[in-house]
Amino acid sequence: MTILVLAEHDNNTLNQASLSVIAAARAIGGDIDVLVAGENCSAVADAAAAADGVTRVLLADSPLYGHFLSENLALLLSRTGHAYSHILAAAGTTGKDVLPRVAALLDTAQISDIIRVEDADTFVRPIYAGNALATVRSDDPVKVITVRPTAFDPVSAEGGSAAIEALPAAEDAGLSAFVSAQNAESDRPDLASADIVISGGRGMQNGENFQLLENVADILGAAIGASRAAVDAGFVPNDMQVGQTGKIVAPQLYIAVGISGAIQHLAGMSDSKVIVAINKDEEAPIFQVADYGLVADLFDAVPALENALRDAV
Amino acid sequence: MKVLVAVKRVIDYNVKVRVKPDQSGVDLDNVKMAMNPFCEIAVEEAVRLKEKGLASEVIVVSIGTAASQEQIRTALALGADRGLLIETDEEVQPLDAAKLLKAVVEQEQPGLVILGKQSIDSDNNQTGQMLAALTGMGQATFASAVEVTDDRVQVTREVDGGLMTLSLKLPAVITTDLRLNEPRYASLPNIMKAKKKPVAVTTADELGLALSPRLKTLKVEAPEPRKAGIKVADVAALVDKLKNEAKVI
Ligand SMILES: Cc1cc2nc3c(=O)[nH]c(=O)nc-3n(C[C@H](O)[C@H](O)[C@H](O)COP(=O)(O)OP(=O)(O)OC[C@H]3O[C@@H](n4cnc5c(N)ncnc54)[C@H](O)[C@@H]3O)c2cc1C
Ligand SMILES: Nc1ncnc2c1ncn2[C@@H]1O[C@H](COP(=O)(O)O)[C@@H](O)[C@H]1O
Repeated sequence: MTILVLAEHDNNTLNQASLSVIAAARAIGGDIDVLVAGENCSAVADAAAAADGVTRVLLADSPLYGHFLSENLALLLSRTGHAYSHILAAAGTTGKDVLPRVAALLDTAQISDIIRVEDADTFVRPIYAGNALATVRSDDPVKVITVRPTAFDPVSAEGGSAAIEALPAAEDAGLSAFVSAQNAESDRPDLASADIVISGGRGMQNGENFQLLENVADILGAAIGASRAAVDAGFVPNDMQVGQTGKIVAPQLYIAVGISGAIQHLAGMSDSKVIVAINKDEEAPIFQVADYGLVADLFDAVPALENALRDAV
Repeated sequence: MKVLVAVKRVIDYNVKVRVKPDQSGVDLDNVKMAMNPFCEIAVEEAVRLKEKGLASEVIVVSIGTAASQEQIRTALALGADRGLLIETDEEVQPLDAAKLLKAVVEQEQPGLVILGKQSIDSDNNQTGQMLAALTGMGQATFASAVEVTDDRVQVTREVDGGLMTLSLKLPAVITTDLRLNEPRYASLPNIMKAKKKPVAVTTADELGLALSPRLKTLKVEAPEPRKAGIKVADVAALVDKLKNEAKVI
């Protein structure tokens, strides 16, 4: 059994999520090949080769893959992937975009967003915004799977010494073209893998008030997230949305500020180790999942928290 | 240009689902059902393209039980022109849905196909991508802006790192994200008008296909509930707990 993992990266660095996908591959068992497809991305291949447990790295370095267009990646993956028992990618926007296309080209089902491996054919995945967990079995010869990174402890980024082999590019599908990207620039840790996340909701009232959360995040080294309501209202950009249809986070500490706790939001953060909620409505559903709830006006509580933390950490 | 929109009947997003005691699935008896929210956004986008004169006809298709007629009627009330129900009582998994939709694409030859990015029941996020693969079309998933010009469509996508804009050859497949638009409410006159719009009914068999669900659901369980927490009196107590009890700061 050999498993193919599609590496997620930005042509320079290997995304931490891929180390969790490799961990999921190890839970399935067998040799693990990592496919690095991109443009001028040999540094990513080096990083993948150093990851613990990787057997071989396939490097497809071509302008065709520089922007990770799904049509081209799917051609490459279906061409290469049919020989594998499993094809895995992180359930981020790249994996979700590309893997179903690969599955259809291979005429196999896809299993989305697994959180547990029962055996090589059987997996557990959340459905209904995490309100139920389904155990599903696939008998397809190649299993195409996206993995929820927060559910698997990443393998070590060091210790491996896999061989790197060049993989020739497949043809250009010629269906789509990259126009532009607007990437959120931030010095903060990546939301999806940060140890501490502080998120604001509609209660923040506007984008400027997110500065209150920034001040706390500065002290804690935290990433900043948001509810959909805060994103919809234009307080903050879309890549900060946590939830069923946004990012899934599971930090050591999640602080929800002015967020009511709709199931769609909980779906994205309820696996956090410790949850703190600050909300002026003591009936807010967020308190049902919070380890520590503070019923207070956030405009008093957050500045007070900032001061207290300055002394405490 | 015809626009084809796929709409799915799902449990209403406000319903708190309950897992059945026999672990066979979730309880759908007497539960409020609705159009998948992402599909509503897909319908709205198609109707706007028609209103702008960029689309000639909006066709909605749903695969499911006879009850899915309701969601097709809702789409017609929102401005779609005609409906197609592919009726089945069986479980419809994304690969089968994509194959059935491909058959419809071959019949209707739409210039654009719009789907939701994700069903909020099965949370699969697959069907649009699979349909694009099977029909050989380009795809733009998680769309937050769509601009049709002549034989191409430019789509802004919501991705983990921010936003990404693609240009696709038509015909193409687009899947909607939440911020693409805000769906309108159906007015009473439009609901009445929708009753007269045509809805065809077909089956997989008539389309020359057979459903073959590949994934077997062995059981469905409720997740482990979180242990009840406590309320703290003030910020000082909170910081003390985080530092000395939870030890996370
Ligand atoms: C298909 C679909 C998908 C969705 N996906 C997501 C998703 O991925 N993520 C997501 O978050 N949502 C998602 N939603 C939306 C979700 O249903 C809720 O509408 C949203 O999470 C609400 O955001 P909120 O808690 O910030 O706002 P609200 O529900 O309005 O809550 C605001 C809270 O702030 C509190 N507050 C106000 N002022 C103060 C103050 N001064 N001090 C303290 N507290 C204050 C209020 O008491 C209230 O509890 C989705 C919805 C749908 C239909
Ligand atoms: N049974 C169905 N009938 C019609 N459209 C569907 C069906 N299943 C999925 N779709 C479409 O595919 C989108 C994504 O669904 P999914 O891949 O199940 O998450 C939905 O928003 C619909 O637009």
